[in-house]
Amino acid sequence: MDRTPRKLRTHVTLSRSAIAVLLLALATLFVPPDRAQDNILTGTSSGVTTIRIAVADFKPLAADPQTAAFRQTFDATLYADLASAGIFDIVSKSLMPPGSPGAPAEVQLQSYSNAPASAAMLVFGSLGQAGGKLVANGFLFDVKNLQYPQVIAKKYSEVPSEDSARQIAHRFADEVIYRLGGGIPGIAETKIYYVQMTGNLTSDVSKEIWQMDYDGANQRPITHLGAISISPRVSPDNTRLAFASLGRYGFQLKMYSLLLDRYVAFPIGNGSTESPAWAPSGNELAYASAPNGSFEIWVADSNGNLGRRITSFRGGNVSPTYNPKTGAQIAFVSDRTGLPQLYIMNSDGSSVQQMTDGGYASSPSWSPNGQFLAFAWDRKYGPGAPGGQDIYVMEVATRKWTQLTHDGGRCDFPSWSPDNRHIVYANSSDGRANHMRIWTMLTDGTQRRPLTGPGADMPNWSWK
Amino acid sequence: MTHSHSSQPKSFLTRSLRSALFLALALGAVSGCHKNAANSANPDINAPTPAPLPPMPTASLSADPLAIDLGQSVVLNWRTTDATNVSIEGLGTVNPNGTQTVSPTASTNFHIVAKGDGGTTEASIRVTVRIPIAPVAPADTTATADMGSESVFHDNVQDLYFDYDSYELRADAQASAVKSASFLVAHPDIRIVVGGYCDDRGSAEYNLALGENRANAAKTALVNAGIAPARIRVVSYGKEKQFCTDESESCWQQNRRAQFSLDR
Repeated sequence: MDRTPRKLRTHVTLSRSAIAVLLLALATLFVPPDRAQDNILTGTSSGVTTIRIAVADFKPLAADPQTAAFRQTFDATLYADLASAGIFDIVSKSLMPPGSPGAPAEVQLQSYSNAPASAAMLVFGSLGQAGGKLVANGFLFDVKNLQYPQVIAKKYSEVPSEDSARQIAHRFADEVIYRLGGGIPGIAETKIYYVQMTGNLTSDVSKEIWQMDYDGANQRPITHLGAISISPRVSPDNTRLAFASLGRYGFQLKMYSLLLDRYVAFPIGNGSTESPAWAPSGNELAYASAPNGSFEIWVADSNGNLGRRITSFRGGNVSPTYNPKTGAQIAFVSDRTGLPQLYIMNSDGSSVQQMTDGGYASSPSWSPNGQFLAFAWDRKYGPGAPGGQDIYVMEVATRKWTQLTHDGGRCDFPSWSPDNRHIVYANSSDGRANHMRIWTMLTDGTQRRPLTGPGADMPNWSWK
Repeated sequence: MTHSHSSQPKSFLTRSLRSALFLALALGAVSGCHKNAANSANPDINAPTPAPLPPMPTASLSADPLAIDLGQSVVLNWRTTDATNVSIEGLGTVNPNGTQTVSPTASTNFHIVAKGDGGTTEASIRVTVRIPIAPVAPADTTATADMGSESVFHDNVQDLYFDYDSYELRADAQASAVKSASFLVAHPDIRIVVGGYCDDRGSAEYNLALGENRANAAKTALVNAGIAPARIRVVSYGKEKQFCTDESESCWQQNRRAQFSLDR
């Protein structure tokens, strides 16, 4: 069973979501005091045994080549969604019994529960075209429960297209993850906003804001400004995108409506403004602004009005991020003690607390459950110093932290997935900006994989 | 060594100059004596007494008014005596006394010539025509005429460089800022924009703050040296624009700067 090198494991077999919820809650509560600094419990390293699940290829209901192509896309997407969910131990294809059951009557449950598959759960179904629609029937069965094995039965019907096949797979995967993952909604339909760079940094550089699916598919530009636009932050309801764009008077915040597909007025003026951050209510934004020459954290309403300053330390105060659970706290970066460090404060500017006390810390992202901060940290910052800039996660209550990336070059801009189980970040193996690409990983640092090619930076995971 | 060498040719030069001057004076004295002797040898004492000459003509010319706007007219008035032929340039031959209204399209010198048996007399008067000049947009004049050339500006106002993760002005930057300020004092029509830049290490969002601080440090140095703050605009580029992209200390130093440009 010990396939993953985790220090703390509780060997419990799960069959029902209620137990999973309880265990998740217990595991996050129990932080033993003698625990080493680099061993805090995040969403996926919380001691819950992963569920062994078999994912059968869906059975084609028609023999035409178009359906075959759709089915290939569907199977690949569903498998990838479940494999990357962070809560499953997937039965490898070579251990699966032969054949594709398309309906409950065709399933031999024991062939999946017995070795070598040894699965606890089985995902299967059928895909075909009927009445000009792409129709999928998806099932989740508890293979140990021979009498009432059915957990989920879903039917999807969409206009036939490659994208529909992907979207159906995402939705079905989210159902399975929601049911087996402690009632936390899946993320297969979430988006990632990021910066795509073209040109050369010394002459004709241009950076546009792009959008992609959470798995790196459907990469497409949102802005076409021909300028340098950075720090995209999508609103909690996915309707608006705030970012900073370089103009004649420096960086200024801009607001793009994803519903109207155009820019909307956002009149925060006076000097440079950058690094917007949405409050979870969607009614306010925090941002960094320097109307008097010094960057401070400000808060304005979501139309860019009623801006008010909430920090007052000369120097640099940037990169605010709200506690998405409560909206009552803001983490930010400040150089008030020298090199930039991580701080938290109440969202009215009171009760400032320093969270890091060395090196160079930047780019905080607050976990959706409110418990953790992910950030970029170069703990031995300076010319010729060992180590590099890596992604760290800190538990807010205890300030214990763990390092997630190691020796992979410069890492920056972590952003949490809505389910607390993944972190998307930017990495450049040689430190160069034009070699930056966006990666995703589980919050224990495993399952790292790239989502984009080079030139992509500053990812921001949507709230839902 | 240098002193003994330079004194030798100097004294030689002085000596040769003196002798040349003496020679020239001597020659001049000799030729002058000859001339004076020739003039005094031919006194004109036998010339006949001349007959009484006819009187010289007189001429006067006036204009009213002396200055007009374009399209208005002016009255010319002239008086002559003892003249047989009177002409005004541009009007041709005219009566010995007369008045004429003219509408010159440009400032003109009216010139009267009165010829008589006794000789020729001339007079002139200048009429100024005010031609309206189309107003020129002030932005154009400041941008093209008063800001001066890009190269002269960059020769005199040089970029300031900063230490690693710092926005304190170094001693060399202080000196350079003083020099820049004196140029800007001498060229009061120049407005400038200060760009703050950082090397590509560290956080993009934090580097925007660092770049802002660097540009403001440069602005403060100029303001302290007497430049009006309104002439200086500050833009932070952070690490979003680079002067050089090598991963080396010399390149990073190139990128840690406050860059001055004309705010056209």
